[in-house]
Amino acid sequence: MHQTFDAVLEMNLLHANQAGADANRDRLDRWGITCLNIMSSPGSGKTQLLEETLRSLQAELRMAVIEGDMTTQLDAERLRKGGTPVIAINTGRACHLDSKMVAGGLHQFEHEQQPEAFDLMFVENVGNLVCPAEFEVGEHAKVALLSITEGEDKPLKYPLMFREADCLLITKTDLAPYLEVDIDKIVANVRQINSRAAIISVSAKTGEGLEDWYTWIRQTVTACANRSIAQMV
Amino acid sequence: MHETDMTKALILTVKGWLAQQPEQATVERVHLTVGDFAGVEPASLQFAFQVQTQGTFLDGAELVIKKTPLIAFCHPCQQEYRPDIGRQYSCACCQSPMDDIRSGRELKIERVEFSQSVAA
Ligand SMILES: [Zn+2]
Repeated sequence: MHQTFDAVLEMNLLHANQAGADANRDRLDRWGITCLNIMSSPGSGKTQLLEETLRSLQAELRMAVIEGDMTTQLDAERLRKGGTPVIAINTGRACHLDSKMVAGGLHQFEHEQQPEAFDLMFVENVGNLVCPAEFEVGEHAKVALLSITEGEDKPLKYPLMFREADCLLITKTDLAPYLEVDIDKIVANVRQINSRAAIISVSAKTGEGLEDWYTWIRQTVTACANRSIAQMV
Repeated sequence: MHETDMTKALILTVKGWLAQQPEQATVERVHLTVGDFAGVEPASLQFAFQVQTQGTFLDGAELVIKKTPLIAFCHPCQQEYRPDIGRQYSCACCQSPMDDIRSGRELKIERVEFSQSVAA
């Protein structure tokens, strides 16, 4: 005879990914590397901003990139030209990076480079506004990009990424004179969902706001290094 | 869609649980809670579950999804409110940002119903 039973599991569906992300972060901490997860929709100007950032900070920080954006295979070459190691991850048709993919990237990085010599790792996530926000990869902070061409309502329509972000970059501000877009409105909409993120308006083209962005990076790297030291003591 | 990955994680979790059971069991129903503010489409989950369980130990099992509403707590007003998803998240009374989410972020396997043969 058959009988039916009930078992309580209460298990988060993202449990396995979370465990993998924590393991990645431990690894990065041991190497003394701060990791930033860069998220955005396609066409937000991620690669151009990254290129500019690598060029401007390479004298003071040793940086590497894990490139997970399937639309920008050629962009990996663009980033490498400046001398930064770029690990390209084949995401197939995935709509986000997960901690397992990034673990593979870190493995490759460890074999090809001396990880202890590096300070900062950028993980360029797949261009998608929804999915990457649910999957941690082992980052110390999340950076979201929103181009002003995407409109003021985007943070309200796709709130999750903006909620999770530690830093929001409003990009392509040089286009503001040609668009009917209210940047203050974008900021106000993001603030409804996230009161703690740093919000910085930037233009990789004119250089506007980039210094503020670099300052944020420096502060984050320092905070991370201090935390790692505190953990070791 | 990442619902495929989520479903994979779900199947692995149930499989792991099943392996720990002393007696052989058949999973009848998997109960899932999905918050309105989680980045997941219940319909896509349901579809992925049907596709991915075919021919596996979960073939024929039912996926029951319970949705939970987005509920935030406004500290200045000292009360709960329901943000209007897609339009307004700040508190309608005092405009404070949505800081404290009390419900709506869930993505959880609550429980599993299973059957076992028992000696009469
Ligand atoms: Zn209020």
